[in-house]
Amino acid sequence: MVQVGTSRVKRGMAEMQKGGVIMDVVNAEQAKIAEAAGAVAVMALERVPSDIRAAGGVARMADLSIVEEVLKAVSIPVMAKARIGHFVEARVLESLGVDYLDESEVLTPADDLYHINKKEFTVPFVCGARDLGEALRRIGEGASMIRTKGEPGTGNIVEAVRHMRTMMSQIRKVQAMSYDELMAEAKNLGAPYELLEAVHKTGKLPVVNFAAGGVATPADAALMMQLGSDGVFVGSGIFKSENPEKFARAIVEATTHYTDYELIARVSKGLGTAMPGIEISKIREADRMQERGW
Amino acid sequence: MKIGVLALQGAVAEHVRLLEEVGATAVPVKKVEELDDLDGLVIPGGESTTISKLMHKYGFMEAVQEFGKANKPIFGTCAGAILLAKQIQGQDDCHLGLMDIKVERNAFGRQKESFEVLMPVAGVAADYPAVFIRAPYIMEVGENGQVLAKHEDKIVVARSGHYLAAAFHPELTEDTRLHKYFLDMVKEYRS
Repeated sequence: MVQVGTSRVKRGMAEMQKGGVIMDVVNAEQAKIAEAAGAVAVMALERVPSDIRAAGGVARMADLSIVEEVLKAVSIPVMAKARIGHFVEARVLESLGVDYLDESEVLTPADDLYHINKKEFTVPFVCGARDLGEALRRIGEGASMIRTKGEPGTGNIVEAVRHMRTMMSQIRKVQAMSYDELMAEAKNLGAPYELLEAVHKTGKLPVVNFAAGGVATPADAALMMQLGSDGVFVGSGIFKSENPEKFARAIVEATTHYTDYELIARVSKGLGTAMPGIEISKIREADRMQERGW
Repeated sequence: MKIGVLALQGAVAEHVRLLEEVGATAVPVKKVEELDDLDGLVIPGGESTTISKLMHKYGFMEAVQEFGKANKPIFGTCAGAILLAKQIQGQDDCHLGLMDIKVERNAFGRQKESFEVLMPVAGVAADYPAVFIRAPYIMEVGENGQVLAKHEDKIVVARSGHYLAAAFHPELTEDTRLHKYFLDMVKEYRS
């Protein structure tokens, strides 16, 4: 019997993206540049996170004509973002044929209590997380892929590093625990017990875990890979840099060969200026996107 | 038996695990010189455009072509099958062009049409769990090729001499039978 939308098919899609770079794009032209540079997927948006941050107001699902334009422009998978809790935006994007949905804190949340019940969907979801508890809650709701939240649109890697280090450290701790300690730890982390038990047994998340939120240079991408990321999302970092094509190619190469420092040096030379960055302490707490989601 | 898994992008660790389960020594291959002492090679699932670009960049195209021409077995899954094929529907060029098959990319549709199904694979299993993800299919197999499995009349596993191609992802299951079949191919060609 043929089965679509099984957890193996949804999680498997993310497995195929491993070791790759997923790039934010706002039109067909950028999508083609990303594909030509070796992106494993593109995220179709109306504005990249740094512009969303600058524009303020309510950020919603992208203009669907942009999503359609990108779907037609490339043969690699296309992702798109829906607001946290906005299952109708998600259904609309699914109906267009988008390959992966990001229930994303970059957009203004539509629900201040609940995330989307992602198990109901045929299309897989990726969600952001800052720690193991948050990651396992999202997986419990049906997310097939996790990424760090970082702090989107800042070009500042510090938050993504903190989130990845926190998650990896918590995973190691859970793996080393005795069975007796797991239920109390599930309570501490706010994580579903069965998923925590799986982490205890395998020493890893049950889904692929990417880095996102602040990656601006090839060295940033390699750093996140060495900290344990399975791959990298680059939002504003490519098309807000001086030379997007070169930046895109360089970040792809640094993600593949993340321990080859001579190669990273070679691809990092003559790239021009990276995107402008923002110091996290200069962003008011209420404006920090990573605080969105529960 | 030492088998490499091309590790430029994609589901590398999964192939390594299954190859080791059937008794091979499995290593990820990131540099051309790592091909030297291998008896066989797996090209994993991933994004074929990404893997192909990185192969060109690091001289893997010529090196893997030589590897294949030296009669060393190669197994391509999904993206790997596209990379092996001599012909790709709608494209004038191909990637490695080693295996006499013609493939069509994303032939079963987008991700929401991706599926899994139990199917017979000739000489391998009567009930192989096949996971198709934005999968290609094999439109034609050359004269000396064998069709090992079909789904709804579309060829999804084929063998041609020392080349093996699957449109689905054996690396996403716990089933080792297709990897065992490939390991037997490697043994056959080594002796």
